[in-house]
Amino acid sequence: MNASHETAAPSSLRLVLTLAIAGLVSGIAIIGIYESTLPTITANKARELREAVFKVLPGVNQMQALVYRDGELVVVGKPEKDEPVVYGGYDEQGEFVGYAMPGAGPGFQDTIALLYGYKPGEKIVVGMEILESRETPGLGDKIYKDEEFVAEFSALSVEPEIVSVKKGTGSLPNEVDSITGATISSKAVVRIINETHTAWAEQLPPSGAEPEFVEIEAESTEAGL
Amino acid sequence: MKKNESYEEFIKGIWRDNPVFAQVLGMCPMLAVTNSAINAIAMGGATFFVLVGSSFLVSSFRNWIPKQVRISCFIIIIATFVTIADYTLLALVPKVHKELGAFIPLIVANCLILGRQEAFASRYPTRLAIMDAIGMATGFLIALLSLGAVREILGDGALFGVKIFSENFDPWIIMILPPGGFLTLGVILLFFNWFKYKKDEFLEDVAEAERSGR
Repeated sequence: MNASHETAAPSSLRLVLTLAIAGLVSGIAIIGIYESTLPTITANKARELREAVFKVLPGVNQMQALVYRDGELVVVGKPEKDEPVVYGGYDEQGEFVGYAMPGAGPGFQDTIALLYGYKPGEKIVVGMEILESRETPGLGDKIYKDEEFVAEFSALSVEPEIVSVKKGTGSLPNEVDSITGATISSKAVVRIINETHTAWAEQLPPSGAEPEFVEIEAESTEAGL
Repeated sequence: MKKNESYEEFIKGIWRDNPVFAQVLGMCPMLAVTNSAINAIAMGGATFFVLVGSSFLVSSFRNWIPKQVRISCFIIIIATFVTIADYTLLALVPKVHKELGAFIPLIVANCLILGRQEAFASRYPTRLAIMDAIGMATGFLIALLSLGAVREILGDGALFGVKIFSENFDPWIIMILPPGGFLTLGVILLFFNWFKYKKDEFLEDVAEAERSGR
């Protein structure tokens, strides 16, 4: 049976049809798997973000997305794609606690994406969580594996700016001890926070005038995250 | 006889024709994702799924696929399985998916998989093709795992994330950096070839002895 195929050249129509059918079946399979995994993937991402926000802002158990539109910070259920967004963290009574600010920038190997908690009243960073990084395992990945380093960001002054110093020499409230052997990655984290802070500094309202917590349908918030 | 045949197809991928140690195929994921044992297993598992799935389809449809468009058809089949593996990993184990990053979609370009379709699955019955695919994929998984385990133990002092040395162990960090991959692979290949050389020598000696004995 194989021999007959090899001797007689099949018509072009047959070749085209074979590829078309293969493509069609493959397309249906891909759409199927995409549609069936999408809810899990979105839910995973939303949960990761919520957990990260609650982690970098101690005492927070409600959050909402905030974007800067027409000169002020407004609450949105679902931010536009690629629109810069910060998350406002509120306690049980709906009192404003702080912002969770996402930032990203070049690390040692690839982009580092992180989230840090910022209290505008005291002007301090109260927590930092790495969301995405491909830093060297064993060295650069200490930016999230080394608890001492992560703890440096639990009460860090952003005035005038955060400075990374050699390990063991940090004493001022705005100094971070770098990780030995991962200086570039540690400096990258500090730089990303500084840059994000500068970028938002003008857009955040004066302390005390933060947007209030608005109950938004759980469904739309989930989708927005 | 029939059973032996499929067993032979299975076992050859694990040792004699091991895709990594004997054929030196699939070097890109081999060197890139073997910095820890768990990554090696996830990569090996994804490759296993893609290889066995596409070998099954290619072998089942081998009489319907015209020779002139076979490579395109193989690629369509492989790419579909890779996409399925990609989304499944992303949904079930997002952390591992993040670590493997671009290397999951790149399974499409793994010459081991296309090579098996062209050289084996498109010429043999489905049963043998599946045995061949399982053997090759297992061989690939074993190779990935041995490299990943050696590199994680030496470079991080841990295996599957569990520390196995005392605090005094100073991790040999170069092993989890790219050069460590080349070093480890080189040493393993050296051992493999040395073993093969010794085995051939031994077989020759046996043949010699038999001849002179007669």
